[in-house]
Amino acid sequence: MTFEKDINIDATELRLGLPGTSEESERQASTTLRISNKRALPSVADEKQCDQETAPPTKAQVVGWPPIRSYRKNNLQTKKTEVETSGMYVKVSMDGAPYLRKVDLKIYKGYPEVLKALEDMFKFKVGKYSEREGYNGSEFVPTYEDKDGDWMLVGDVPWEMFVNSCKRLRIMKGSEARGLGCVV
Amino acid sequence: MRKKMACSLPDEVLEHVFSFIRSDKDRNAVSVVCKSWYEMERWCRRRLFIGNCYAVSPRMVIRRFPEVRSIELKGKPHFADYNWVPDGWGGYVLPWIVEMVGAYPWLEEIRLKRMVVTDECLEHIAKSFKNFKVLVLFSCEGFSTDGLAAIAASCKNLRELDLRESDVDDLGGHWLSHFPETYTSLVSLNISCLGSDEVSLSALERLVGRCTNLRTLRLNRAVPLDKIAYILRRAPQLVDFGTGTYSADLQTDVFSNLAGAFYSCKELRSLSGFWDVVPAYLPAIYPVCSRLTSLNLSYATIQSPDLIKLLRHCPSLQRLLVLDYIEDSGLEALSSSCKDLQELRVFPSDPFGVERNVSLTELGLVSVCLACPKLQSVLYFCRQMSNAALVTIAQNRPNLTRFRLCIIEPRTADYLTLEPLDVGFGAIVEHCKDLRRLSLSGLLTDRVFEYIGRYAKKLEMLSVAFAGESDLGLHHVLSGCESLRKLEIRDSPFGDKALLANSAKLETMRSLWMSSCSVSFGTCKLLGQKMSRLNVEVIDECGPPDSRPDVCPVNKLYIYRSVAGPRFDMPPFVWTMDEDYALRDS
Repeated sequence: MTFEKDINIDATELRLGLPGTSEESERQASTTLRISNKRALPSVADEKQCDQETAPPTKAQVVGWPPIRSYRKNNLQTKKTEVETSGMYVKVSMDGAPYLRKVDLKIYKGYPEVLKALEDMFKFKVGKYSEREGYNGSEFVPTYEDKDGDWMLVGDVPWEMFVNSCKRLRIMKGSEARGLGCVV
Repeated sequence: MRKKMACSLPDEVLEHVFSFIRSDKDRNAVSVVCKSWYEMERWCRRRLFIGNCYAVSPRMVIRRFPEVRSIELKGKPHFADYNWVPDGWGGYVLPWIVEMVGAYPWLEEIRLKRMVVTDECLEHIAKSFKNFKVLVLFSCEGFSTDGLAAIAASCKNLRELDLRESDVDDLGGHWLSHFPETYTSLVSLNISCLGSDEVSLSALERLVGRCTNLRTLRLNRAVPLDKIAYILRRAPQLVDFGTGTYSADLQTDVFSNLAGAFYSCKELRSLSGFWDVVPAYLPAIYPVCSRLTSLNLSYATIQSPDLIKLLRHCPSLQRLLVLDYIEDSGLEALSSSCKDLQELRVFPSDPFGVERNVSLTELGLVSVCLACPKLQSVLYFCRQMSNAALVTIAQNRPNLTRFRLCIIEPRTADYLTLEPLDVGFGAIVEHCKDLRRLSLSGLLTDRVFEYIGRYAKKLEMLSVAFAGESDLGLHHVLSGCESLRKLEIRDSPFGDKALLANSAKLETMRSLWMSSCSVSFGTCKLLGQKMSRLNVEVIDECGPPDSRPDVCPVNKLYIYRSVAGPRFDMPPFVWTMDEDYALRDS
């Protein structure tokens, strides 16, 4: 067999058998693995003994191929998924509430819709919005943190700009809220 | 009797002479000349490169080299880049940081690749190294913007902060604002990996404005196009610039402002970024194109005609990274416009699609290889290849040092002859005598490994997937490739015989990775028991490997040489095979 000629194990200095055993007995113990010239992956004879799935994967099953760094994969796919399925989830906190919620801004078409959703979620009512005076008539004021880290009043900028720059929402309550609501 | 020269030179002279010897190889050679040189050299070694953080322990390093100023460490195996190493595998830098805090108070530079870096590590660095200057975290993970804030706040002498391709947790807090107003020494900042929320623009603009030595600035995707002009005008001395998102509604004033800002950057040599490109804004960079040596458009979904127009303006280009939208026609144009090209990387725009989506074939690569005499480094994804093309490339570009070809469908034959691509890759290793790195793909038998073993004498790193027929293939590589340091193999029928017959070779290499191959658990145990300076690690997420018969193949195997003995920070799905394995496991 060509294989045996090319790998002359005796010629290598290293013997890996335990002291006292001969090469022969070691070989007998370990050559239940057949070396075949076929391109099948693991040895055919012992497939039955192994619990793992050893058949070569079909096209659909090849995991992690081709070799693309995940960093690159994410950057490539972002364009597609943004349009398709991944939403624009932002955290929403309300002063006094013990835990936060998350809303997907992408599913709303404008301010009235999202404000209504927040009202339902936290069981409160916002006041009436006017450009000059902010929110009047309620002790709750919806605010958001934008990309620059500044806290803004919900409703001041066009809806698209709001969706693209809103990092998180906070429903302010009480005197703090009144201050923000009144100053334009 | 006259004393030998070496002993009669005073220490100060030796030290001065050694200070001119920079490369690790030379330093290592110097240190084995004699005992006194060993002693002298170890006290004045300032830089260390440790290619595998588990090959040696921090204490051993510190004991031998007490005065180190700069350290570079690598952690996870290369295949971790493609998510083939499970999370939690290891590569923690904290033990190193903890030891170095005590031993190297004057440490200036830390460069890490594929390691787990926590905020605690960054806080240690910020607090403990008073003269800290350079932090490079390449493909690292485990830290957040809080850690970055600590670095920004405390490292008064920081020159370089490079987070390339790392995975950073955004905890808000505007870490960039933690650089004090008095801080002006920044030379290089790469935050291109950060997500949308992690940088305050105003803090960035102020930082750029006051750091007049800034040479490299790579922004993240969140920085909009209309902010670039402002930033560039504040840093006209920039040499290397990475844009954020390169897209906006086309407005003449924005465009002319941008073009003017680029024009004022006379030192600019390298551009990158270009996410979400609007082609109409590309001409804004034309003022700098004639001097550009490096261009990374690998995130830019620009089509071939726009690329061709752009490349015509870049005669000095040495390095180009691009998506396969460039197509054969674009590569033709590249080959006639950019005669100084040294490195080309073409990435797939639709790697998981079954259908071909662009007209990019082997012909594009051939045209560049034929026409660019200085081309040394190639990374190319495509869907078809022929032996004839590879032979042409090999014969015309014998100066190639890195050749990485990925034919997207595994085991794809030569599309012209339907034969394996053995002959083609054989020609590559035969003609390119200085080849240091090779990645194989396509249909390959044991023959290609015979060629590699015979010819690839300078090869240091080999990547194999879905190739070969028997242990003979692996045996050819292990017995023939004299310079081999890293070997990584997946889904190939290589097993016990070749490994056992060449086990001594493994101690001359940094590491061997084999996944979905035919190495039995029994062989792993044998290797681990007999080779005390190798760590043999079996990775198996299905459960302990000894719950199955010894003849069963292991799922993933990572073998690396080490003087530190087996590691103890392994997750539950990694088993180390050493003398104690049987005892520990019972």
